[in-house]
Amino acid sequence: MSTDETPRERVHPDAPAIEIRDLHKSFGDHEVLKGISLTVRPGEVVCVIGPSGSGKSTLLRSVNLLEEPTSGQILIEGIDILDPEVDVDRVRTRIGMVFQQFNLFPHMTVLGNLCLAQQRVLGRSRAEAEQVARDNLVKVGLADREDAYPAHLSGGQQQRVAIARSLSMNPDMMLFDEPTSALDPELVGDVLEVMRTLAHEGMTMMVVTHEMGFAREVGSRLIFMDDGLVVEEGDPREVLANPQEPRTQAFLSKVL
Amino acid sequence: MAMRRSTRRRVVRLALYALFVAVIAVALLTTDWQRVESQFLRWDIAADQFPEIVTIALRNTLLFTLIAFAGGLFLGILLALMKLSSIGPYRWFATGYIELFRGVPALLTIFAIGYMLPIALGIQVPFRPVGSGLLGLILVAGAYMAEVIRAGIQAVPKGQTEASRSLGMSSFRTMMFVVLPQGFRITIPPMTNEFVLLLKDTSLLFIVGTTPFLKELTVFARDEASRTGNSTVLLMAAMLYLVVTIPLTRFAAYLERRLARSR
Repeated sequence: MSTDETPRERVHPDAPAIEIRDLHKSFGDHEVLKGISLTVRPGEVVCVIGPSGSGKSTLLRSVNLLEEPTSGQILIEGIDILDPEVDVDRVRTRIGMVFQQFNLFPHMTVLGNLCLAQQRVLGRSRAEAEQVARDNLVKVGLADREDAYPAHLSGGQQQRVAIARSLSMNPDMMLFDEPTSALDPELVGDVLEVMRTLAHEGMTMMVVTHEMGFAREVGSRLIFMDDGLVVEEGDPREVLANPQEPRTQAFLSKVL
Repeated sequence: MAMRRSTRRRVVRLALYALFVAVIAVALLTTDWQRVESQFLRWDIAADQFPEIVTIALRNTLLFTLIAFAGGLFLGILLALMKLSSIGPYRWFATGYIELFRGVPALLTIFAIGYMLPIALGIQVPFRPVGSGLLGLILVAGAYMAEVIRAGIQAVPKGQTEASRSLGMSSFRTMMFVVLPQGFRITIPPMTNEFVLLLKDTSLLFIVGTTPFLKELTVFARDEASRTGNSTVLLMAAMLYLVVTIPLTRFAAYLERRLARSR
């Protein structure tokens, strides 16, 4: 990682990384989130599971305001990001986001993908940005592909580039929205390996996933969502082995 | 009579070939080649046109096309962004503008800018007489390009914007560095088309008046044809248009293929 990066000041040093209070979100008449409250402390890996349509992706996307909540509060490192005074673009540089469909910029090389926001948002020089980018490509095991265009990479490689692109902004936390769901089964392992490494390095992570093995092994907490609500929450090993709620039991009996 | 399908197909094809050859042959045989040669292929008249047909006529055609294209592109981007804006009045203005200038003949627009605007509003467009004609062309080209660019922008997947925004890029930077570059790739074929149309539409500029030094290809050819009483110059002008358009469309096709590779 770059050494000249001055750590960004944290306004509230003891605050949780993410704190969500009574979050509601409706699309028209359809209420997708029906009052979610949860806290992610620095260094935690929180995995969110649940049936499709349960609102888990909407919840994750609300954290960096890709979805505008209908009501409730979202505090990032103690700052209420729904406050109209807050510069959302600045908050977003602290939150890395990884998408199911990778969303690499197809008109740029891998290196271009990693450097764009570093230069345009953080104001780093090209040389500085490339240095950071190369360090992160080494980290995801793709140091030799910096000149490739996304179309020439496998899905797994594209997703690892996407992770490196987020990491290049030196975020305080990372959001993963079903990062392996669009991948061929044999490519899932490499991506999970990168995520595992990140978790061990102490990155704060919120992961919407269907990978129960990853949740069990890496997660510090597991959240089961259904129908816009948190149904059950706890230690992943406990919840997966011994779910308390009938809806959790029903869901896990189908996927495990 | 029962004929095998493949045999019948062969007979039909043969008949079509024969018909084609026959029509061409009749045309060639009935043409008075001496008159054609004296009317269209007078080398002495052709030689007389140089260098003016290139240094003035072709140069002006290209210059006017480039100015109108650049102006139209700028206006088109502006209108496309307005049409996609979340602010109602911007959207309505862009929609109304595009409907107006696409629906009205370019000649009428040029005419209106050239004659009506100065009289009605007391506004004089600089670089008379060609300036007002060019402004008319720009206004029309902007309307067409706006639709092309809007379609290009909307063809870029929403995930691209989301990825860019979650990296902290503002909506303006996202548009500039992520959406527009990808949208433009999609617009290369229709934009080439637009360029060719503009190239030909520069021939409408004469309606607001011209001077010997501001003549473009069509008017130059028309004037020379009536001066010499001979059509050789018309043929030369036609060839000069093709000298520009054919390589251009080839280049656009090449560009499209090349950019497609990085997809």
